[in-house]
Amino acid sequence: MSQGQYVALAYGVVLVFVLLWVAIMAAKLSRLQRETADLAEMARGRHSDG
Amino acid sequence: MSSRNSLPLLAFAAAGLLGLAVVLALLVAPEDANQGVSQRIFYFHVPIALTAYACFGLGAWKALRLLWVGGERRDLESYTWIHQGTIFGALTLITGSIWAKASWGVWWNWSSNQLVLFLVLFLFYCAYFMLRFSVDEGARRERICAVYALFGVALIPVSFLAIRLASDFIHPTVFTRAGPQMTRTMFMAFLVSWAAITLLAYVMYRVELVGKRTDSNLRELREALS
Repeated sequence: MSQGQYVALAYGVVLVFVLLWVAIMAAKLSRLQRETADLAEMARGRHSDG
Repeated sequence: MSSRNSLPLLAFAAAGLLGLAVVLALLVAPEDANQGVSQRIFYFHVPIALTAYACFGLGAWKALRLLWVGGERRDLESYTWIHQGTIFGALTLITGSIWAKASWGVWWNWSSNQLVLFLVLFLFYCAYFMLRFSVDEGARRERICAVYALFGVALIPVSFLAIRLASDFIHPTVFTRAGPQMTRTMFMAFLVSWAAITLLAYVMYRVELVGKRTDSNLRELREALS
């Protein structure tokens, strides 16, 4: 590998890490959204029961 | 402006600064006379390493505050800073390793104190997560994790000074008592990169903290409703 390719690799690794972090956060956000919807459903069920 | 509203603005500022840092580091800064083009890794590697130290330091500071005045939120803040520290620590090791291979022909050197000490610091904080997830949630876990985070902070000055005190010369010392050993343009590119990486780490910290707090609140809500 040439020196320029190593530089591209180093900057590429940083970019991949940031993108990976964004993907993990997006997955977490979807899970939180699902859980919030479940809880809202549970609360609505309780409200209509009693 | 409230702190909630400032987060998207900070995220845009971090993205803009990162873009500017890449342009300055790769296109504007002059090529180093000794190392050639591989020296351009320096503009991201060093700010990432400094940010990792700062994240571990802030994690320890929050841990100290937790032990001092208490508060569940400080446990979450300390945990989030340490999480950020391990992300930037991993990036420090990877970018440093690539730089070493490009400049000196080796990926790693076990006889280099500063490299090994940074690895020890990184692994120490990786073990923090094993400790955290092996103890039941509650005040006991908060205290144990806080004490562990505080112990780790002692490694930061050792790791930082090792770069200056090391007897081998594989790891360069750019900042000396005489000031930065680089041109003004190079130093400007370094400062912009440092600001960009620091801001990125802060934005990531804030986003993760919001996620962890929401997670914790939802768990409590689920327990209350069930």
